[in-house]
Amino acid sequence: MTDTSAMAGRQRVTRSKRSAAWGAVVGVVVVAALFSLPYLVYANVTGVLVNLFILVSLATMWNLLAGYAGLISVGQQAYIGVGAYAVFVLAGDGISPFLAIPLAALISALVGLPASFLLLRLRREYFAIATWVVAEAFQLIVVRFDSLGGGAGAPLPGMVGLDPALRQAFTYWAALAVAVATLLGTYLLLRSRLGLDLTAMRDNEVGARSVGVRVGQAKRIVFLVAAAGAGAAGAVLVISQLFVQPTAVFTVQWSAYMIFVALIGGLGSIEGPIVGTVIFFFLQQTLADRGAWYLIVLGAVAVLMAMWVPRGLWGLISDRFGIRLFPVGYWLHGMNPPATGPGPKTESPQA
Amino acid sequence: MIGANGAGKSTLLRTVAGLHRPVAGTIQLDGSDITHLPAHRRVAAGIVMVPEGRRLFPSLSLEENLKLGSTRSRSGAWDLDRVYQLFPWMAERRGGPTVHLSGGEQQAVAIGRALMANPRILLLDELSLGLAPAVVQRLYDMLPALLATGMSILLVEQDVTQALRVSDWAHCLLEGRIMLSGRPRDLALTEVEAAYFGLSKRAVGGGG
Amino acid sequence: MVWVNAIVQGILLGGLYALFACGLSLMFGVMRVVNLAHGDFAVLAAYLALAIITGLHVPVLWSALVVAPLFGMVGYLVQRFIIQRSLDVSPLTTLLVTFGLSIVIQNGLLEGLSANSQSLPSGSLASASFQVNNQLSIGYESVIVFAVAVVVLVCLQLFLSRARLGREVRAAADDQEAATIVGVNVRHVYGVTAAIAFATVALAGVAFGMYSSFNPAAGPQRLIFAFEAVVIGGVGSLWGTLAGGIILGLAQVLGSQVDASFGVLAGHLVFLMVLALRPSGLIPARLS
Repeated sequence: MTDTSAMAGRQRVTRSKRSAAWGAVVGVVVVAALFSLPYLVYANVTGVLVNLFILVSLATMWNLLAGYAGLISVGQQAYIGVGAYAVFVLAGDGISPFLAIPLAALISALVGLPASFLLLRLRREYFAIATWVVAEAFQLIVVRFDSLGGGAGAPLPGMVGLDPALRQAFTYWAALAVAVATLLGTYLLLRSRLGLDLTAMRDNEVGARSVGVRVGQAKRIVFLVAAAGAGAAGAVLVISQLFVQPTAVFTVQWSAYMIFVALIGGLGSIEGPIVGTVIFFFLQQTLADRGAWYLIVLGAVAVLMAMWVPRGLWGLISDRFGIRLFPVGYWLHGMNPPATGPGPKTESPQA
Repeated sequence: MIGANGAGKSTLLRTVAGLHRPVAGTIQLDGSDITHLPAHRRVAAGIVMVPEGRRLFPSLSLEENLKLGSTRSRSGAWDLDRVYQLFPWMAERRGGPTVHLSGGEQQAVAIGRALMANPRILLLDELSLGLAPAVVQRLYDMLPALLATGMSILLVEQDVTQALRVSDWAHCLLEGRIMLSGRPRDLALTEVEAAYFGLSKRAVGGGG
Repeated sequence: MVWVNAIVQGILLGGLYALFACGLSLMFGVMRVVNLAHGDFAVLAAYLALAIITGLHVPVLWSALVVAPLFGMVGYLVQRFIIQRSLDVSPLTTLLVTFGLSIVIQNGLLEGLSANSQSLPSGSLASASFQVNNQLSIGYESVIVFAVAVVVLVCLQLFLSRARLGREVRAAADDQEAATIVGVNVRHVYGVTAAIAFATVALAGVAFGMYSSFNPAAGPQRLIFAFEAVVIGGVGSLWGTLAGGIILGLAQVLGSQVDASFGVLAGHLVFLMVLALRPSGLIPARLS
């Protein structure tokens, strides 16, 4: 029989290791550096980074849905569109588009609420396609309204008076703010009680229910947060484009991007989407003039990553070096390695 | 094979059937190493399992379930007619679904399905699970007749009394190790108890 | 009378959708795999058929005879080497991998061929039609496609219920592990299932090419319609797939009668309604 009593005294459970402290320092420095960029570089650089930040926000939200709540959505573009059109409508009523961003996020969440009642009852495959159909339906409904620009779209009101350099700087800072907000929000969410609930659900939904986890509520909260995040990203998108175009905001291409990033960077960690987005973005920029080739390469890379490196690149790094920059899990220190055969690592992050 | 819950009896049986890959060690059938033989090919080699919980196919009729058993069968005496001889009631219900059959009837169909493959070694996983004692008794009474046809039976069973009553040789497992081996008539009850519950700390080396 | 015409068109369109849907339904019912590249493979088949027709100067129906078995073989290989591998990792991986495949196919077609719409030349078939009366005429093409769909479904049904391999497919669909221990080579059976699904999708692609024009990006819409047909009709029932296709076809055609651009949206709304009210579809699968 194994003797557990002697082992218990030597173990400690902590929430983070040294690498997390480093992560925090690096994070603050990076954000500060990024914040100061409009003073240092030209607008074409910040313009490119705006797209990167939008992608990071979307990837982080998608990862929250898929990696932590187990909900694979191919229809987040629905809320990108809602967020974009919300800003369009509010700007038409005289509200500054920048101030409209948080409102757009809220509206996206509100629109997502009734959708969630339909969608969250569905099992995995149905959920995935149903979210896509909902996005398609949103697009088809929106284009029927000429007041929203119809099929061709319309320019975003409220941006004409601004000095271009200032507008670009504000757009950049708005994008940065949304990216930081989604990352920070995800981090805080996962560190909270909800994060623990989600991890339990991910491992064993029935078991989680039996210890009192409110599975339905947890999923709904995650769904709404993801909708809000996508809405904020959509708001930034329309501000950066100065034009709202239904096919641009509602296209399933956004889901393709989110899936690629998740496969490259890894699901189920906060760092994964960042790593994935950076690599994806790099690939996109370098191959952009090759037309459709970059998507072919991306698709092939995604397929191969899914099969051979299922935890993504960050998963590889994290497992190999035991690094966690965002401390959302628990570290168990001081457990003796078992005598024979494979077993838990000496320090194993749970979750 | 007897042992408490979690002793590893079913896992061992399923590994022999090919559903689990062993981390170490080998499985040899008549001297040839079948450790890496895929599960579906072991049926042709003569190892056929009646799984725990019957696991009949709900979309298939009773007869289709039986016929499926001969997918990769060896040649031999067992065919549909012989199974219907063994279980006469099945012939009347052959076209119907299996979901409405009683537990004991389902178990019989599962055994019949396995027999259709003409096994050399029949693996029986927890035959008595969820069945009334009278039904279990009837099933066990059938086993000697099967043995007489020349097949070997590897039986995993929670019901120690039944198991010891019908078997020629018994192993008692605890935490994946064989604690006790021998002919049932040579094993004292206290010995079996000790091995079953792990009261003695010595494991039998290299047994089985 | 215009409505009767619309109803007939809707029903016949349902045949095309059923053809699209049966492969999806088969793979989902047996392996729990939703092939997100399903529509793209159909489009690929249409392009291949086009190449065969223009290159070898054969009629459209002959190209189907070549494309379908070819895609069957492709399906077997894709299943055994790609989809099986991702199934082994996790079910969600399969969704992601097939999505990746979809992107590769779409953009491969875009790179290699033009983005312009193409159509399969069906010669005299294209304009031929039955004239029922003054207001109602039914195109030969749509009837042929509907007939092909019914024939395919009947053959599939017979295969599953009578053939030995079909029995193995049903067993593997019921309980993969139990099938393995009775000697069924489940991986091979899955391969055969995918082969059948891909062959039907190739037929659907050719039919689609005859019906309307296609371009490299047409895949995803076909996938959505196929899935909608499967869900409306109920997973696991082949006749349900036909019913689902017909209902979707009706919804779309009748919807576009109301308003030219409302057709597709009407289909989506019916789909969402069925999901809301009855996720198991209209014709529930047999107990399994």
